[in-house]
Amino acid sequence: MTRFILQRVITSVITLFLASIVVFIGARMLPGDPAQVLAGESADPALLEAIREQFGLNQPIWVQYFTYIGQALTGNLGVSTRDNIPVAEILLQRLPITLELAGLAILIGLVIGITAGVVSAVKRGTFVDYVATGFGLVGLSVPSFWLGLLAILLFAITWQVLPASGFVGFAEDPIGNLRGMILPATVLGIGLSAVLMRQTRAALLGQLSADYVRTARSKGVTRGREVSHALRNSLTTVVTVLGLQLGALIGGAIVTEQIFVIPGFGKLIIDAVAARNYPILQGAVLVAVTGYVLVNLLVDVAYAYLNPRMRLSGGSE
Amino acid sequence: MTSVPKTTNLSTFGATGSRKSQAQWRRVMRRFLKRPLAVIGLVLVVAFILVAVFGPLLLPDPNKQDFATLLQPPSLAHLLGTDDLGRDVLSRIASGARVSLLAGVLSTTIAMVIGITLGLITGFYRGWFDVVFMRIIDVMLAFPFLIFAVGLAAILGASLTNVIIALGVSQIPEVVRIARGEAMAIREQEFVSGAVADGARDFTIMARYIAPNAASAFIVQATVAIPGAIIGEATLSFLGLGVQPPMASWGIMLTSAQQFLAQAPYLALFPGIAIALTTLGFNLLGDGLRDALDPKEKR
Repeated sequence: MTRFILQRVITSVITLFLASIVVFIGARMLPGDPAQVLAGESADPALLEAIREQFGLNQPIWVQYFTYIGQALTGNLGVSTRDNIPVAEILLQRLPITLELAGLAILIGLVIGITAGVVSAVKRGTFVDYVATGFGLVGLSVPSFWLGLLAILLFAITWQVLPASGFVGFAEDPIGNLRGMILPATVLGIGLSAVLMRQTRAALLGQLSADYVRTARSKGVTRGREVSHALRNSLTTVVTVLGLQLGALIGGAIVTEQIFVIPGFGKLIIDAVAARNYPILQGAVLVAVTGYVLVNLLVDVAYAYLNPRMRLSGGSE
Repeated sequence: MTSVPKTTNLSTFGATGSRKSQAQWRRVMRRFLKRPLAVIGLVLVVAFILVAVFGPLLLPDPNKQDFATLLQPPSLAHLLGTDDLGRDVLSRIASGARVSLLAGVLSTTIAMVIGITLGLITGFYRGWFDVVFMRIIDVMLAFPFLIFAVGLAAILGASLTNVIIALGVSQIPEVVRIARGEAMAIREQEFVSGAVADGARDFTIMARYIAPNAASAFIVQATVAIPGAIIGEATLSFLGLGVQPPMASWGIMLTSAQQFLAQAPYLALFPGIAIALTTLGFNLLGDGLRDALDPKEKR
């Protein structure tokens, strides 16, 4: 398994390196001259040239790239063109907010998805199964931004039990923070739970009809223990699906933050696109991609660990 | 290289085995039609296509503003009400369906054509090209779908054409992986070895022996990709990076509905229902096709 992990780490590092080149080149392909953005529309050519000189924008692109990456590795991602605040500082303010939102959404997704999947598989063919399966299908088909609007309409406008927007830091007001996060996290978590429900149900049904479960049943094992054994062996599927859904979760977070006006990472990216704040956009995308690659690496390692055939065979599966 | 001589064993699997393949497709259709949910999916998808194609021709101009009828709730004059500029919501939904259909079908076509071609080539030839190319695909997959699409839309600029390109390119990696996997598996089959032994050209093998035998995987992928692209278009338009006003798009309709949630909740309701029903239709159709195409399915 060590060899497998080592291989995955090396592949991830290469992928990250190549992805950083794509992000860097992509940022330079965005419409508009960065020097013009910094100096303003009516800046004179001398000032523009001075800015290009100061930020190294007149150097060859590969020199610019290695300078940027060298600085990025030391935590320097440049400064925001809007207010001259270091990009890293802004990202560090925004990242915990999105992580809290994503963490809560994953928790809600796991609880609803796995519970519904297990109940649906155990009660296969019953009314409960149809309801859970229906929920899975509808949950997959409803875009998170519409669900968000419906949630605001019901909980904030009609019943007025939860706030429609606004964010309070957890340290500042834990209750207010959770009240503000519960709707966006649920909206984000429901899409995830629909996928998890479908996959858990399918995996568990597969396991429940496996030979080892039939043998255990014939030996008089209780239904609860039977399901618990089968569920443990279905966990690899849940972990894989969770990893695969991470991209959708990040996308969902971008939209959800926009609807509920949460000043997280996703809103930062969209605002940076609108304001053509390229250093912010470049830094935010780079950090998002790094996080995405790292979490996928962790998911692969977790999968290898959870799968006894891989764990014991040295990861050659 | 010479062209492939037709032999009986090849014709079973190649393009010339049309009678057998027709019988197979009839079996698939029978299995598909036995599934009520799949049929509901098909009905929803057909309804969506009909609305997208004929709706804008039969309904009033979706951009016609009428300041005498601002934010009117559903009535006989305006079945789904009017928006903040007095425009007919039903007309805009039909017009939005056309935008969604274009975005879904065209971006999926871009992804399928490029992805299948590249996937078949890499899976067939393997070697250094495959290694290098799959690294590129890994890099594309390192970007979460929406971030990749947002980035491309920002670079290209906000318009329907650019949204279609951005969504199409964003979906290529997934299609490449599926096509590559299929090519790798099918090229090991005996009928492909037979074609190679008969001197068939590489292009002929890929186009006439591998691609048709991987068709079911591609069809299922397309039914997954189209609703993904429809939601993608609505999302990008909702974020202001897609279709631009006054053009109607379900995403834009939801963006403006956000401001009038308290006064006119129906503005947020109907475009969302349209997206949900369309996506549900494609999901049910995809599930039904996957089951019907699965040889293990006996029903």
